[in-house]
Amino acid sequence: MALVNLQNVTYTYPITHSPVLQNISMQVNEGEFVAIIGPNGAGKSTLCYTIAGFVPHFFKGELTGTVEVAGQESSKSNLHEWVLNVGLAFQNPFNQISGAKYTVFEEIAFGLENTGVPREEMKPRVEEAMKLTGIGDLADRSPYSLSGGQQQRVALTSILVMQPKVLVLDEPTSQMDPIGTREVFGVIRTMAENGMTVVLVEHKVEWIARFADRVIALHEGKILMEGKPSEVLTSDLLAENGFGISRYTSTAREARNQGLWSKARQLAITLDEAVAGFKQ
Amino acid sequence: MKIEILDLQYSYPTGVTALNGISLTIEAGEQVAIVGQNGAGKTTLVKHLNGLLQPTSGYVRIGDWDTRQHAVAKLAHRVGYVFQNPDEQLFSKNVGIEVAFGPKNLGRSGEQVQALVKDALAMTELADRTETNPYDLSPTWRKMVAIASIIAMDTPIVIFDEPTTGQDAVNIARIARVIERLSAQGKTVITITHDIDFCAENFARVVALTQGRVLLDGKATDVLGQAEILATTYVDPPQLTRLGKRLGLDQTITNQAEFLAALKK
Repeated sequence: MALVNLQNVTYTYPITHSPVLQNISMQVNEGEFVAIIGPNGAGKSTLCYTIAGFVPHFFKGELTGTVEVAGQESSKSNLHEWVLNVGLAFQNPFNQISGAKYTVFEEIAFGLENTGVPREEMKPRVEEAMKLTGIGDLADRSPYSLSGGQQQRVALTSILVMQPKVLVLDEPTSQMDPIGTREVFGVIRTMAENGMTVVLVEHKVEWIARFADRVIALHEGKILMEGKPSEVLTSDLLAENGFGISRYTSTAREARNQGLWSKARQLAITLDEAVAGFKQ
Repeated sequence: MKIEILDLQYSYPTGVTALNGISLTIEAGEQVAIVGQNGAGKTTLVKHLNGLLQPTSGYVRIGDWDTRQHAVAKLAHRVGYVFQNPDEQLFSKNVGIEVAFGPKNLGRSGEQVQALVKDALAMTELADRTETNPYDLSPTWRKMVAIASIIAMDTPIVIFDEPTTGQDAVNIARIARVIERLSAQGKTVITITHDIDFCAENFARVVALTQGRVLLDGKATDVLGQAEILATTYVDPPQLTRLGKRLGLDQTITNQAEFLAALKK
């Protein structure tokens, strides 16, 4: 069943003239892990805001078409109801952190406080979420004293703790080192395997190739293509339109041009596929 | 212009020791990437190069200037520093004024400023945006404005802090072209990066830091092949380096051309 359902969504920000999203129709099934890729300016973050209800409730502007999550329609709901459906981790954690809390622990509890979760339930939920993302040792620190990578984990944790129906993540590891990236993707994967529905915007295609069920390629506000990672990430369309692709794919493509990669073989998107292809 | 760092130690006022005895010499015109896990001391190190931080002990020399004896404003003649987040750097009402601010403050003449701004905007592909407010540009282009405003200062040393963060493939290629051109002009380029593929493709020398110390320092081909040592500072070798190793190629691969050439052998 489609948990997220967008039909013919076109959206224009206030004071601007051209729509950022143009006639987007997409579905995300319950328990599915969908990755959204695209060059900067393609509309990826706006799509996240739309699913999360910030568009149009917070940003205003003009939205046509319908946005449904769990059978409810965004335009007929309030943002404070919508946060129970969809949790969004912002691309820049600095924009997400409340500024109203002195410690990481309180920051993560902030959403629960605002949705009326009883105190005795709050504490174990915060502790559990912090354990999951590995930030237990930051509990007493100020959210503003943290590094970019640490802030991103706090921002992610403060969404996970809300236990939304859909988790929307806008480049959740953009400021992290490789180990931080690996750990956070581990957390996301665990959430997905436990049945969480995940929509992820990400430039690091190596991780998408390994984890996502489906990939949607967004370009200039429109869906350029969608399908399995192996289909989308190896498409010539991506390279032609300024999408980031893995070195495994670009090198396999160039090798194919030079007769070093079998034409019958799909281009590689992971290390293992590249090894297999080049060994042949 | 040569950079000499000798036994540099730095402790933050909170008592946290961020740099624990770093010695590095960087010759004029080198392209150096600094890699390492979050908290390894990368940003703390480069903030010593333009005097934003002063050594707790040890010293940093930029050419014949010891950074302890010169103000940040003076060091700005020799070291340009592009911040990770352009929004921490931009403040003017249009791109032209923003980019002219640096060279003006260095006391360049009106004509010189004009020429420097023109060159910097051409290099960053912003020539047609001089009248635009930086905040009307996308984050991608704001990054290029931040880069242009440092390039226009025409310093012999340019530092980039995580230039590829949040950038798409097209802009990463654009930033790589800027670095290539600065190098061609003989400038020293030092870049902090987590993007190890970008590092492999654009830098001849790699310094890996861990816990405030130098873990590895050498040619990119020497450093990036040492997977086990790099793992201790949570750096994975580049994709093509890993691929070459898995395929049993003898040399350490850092880019596509090398890989395909080695494969043909």
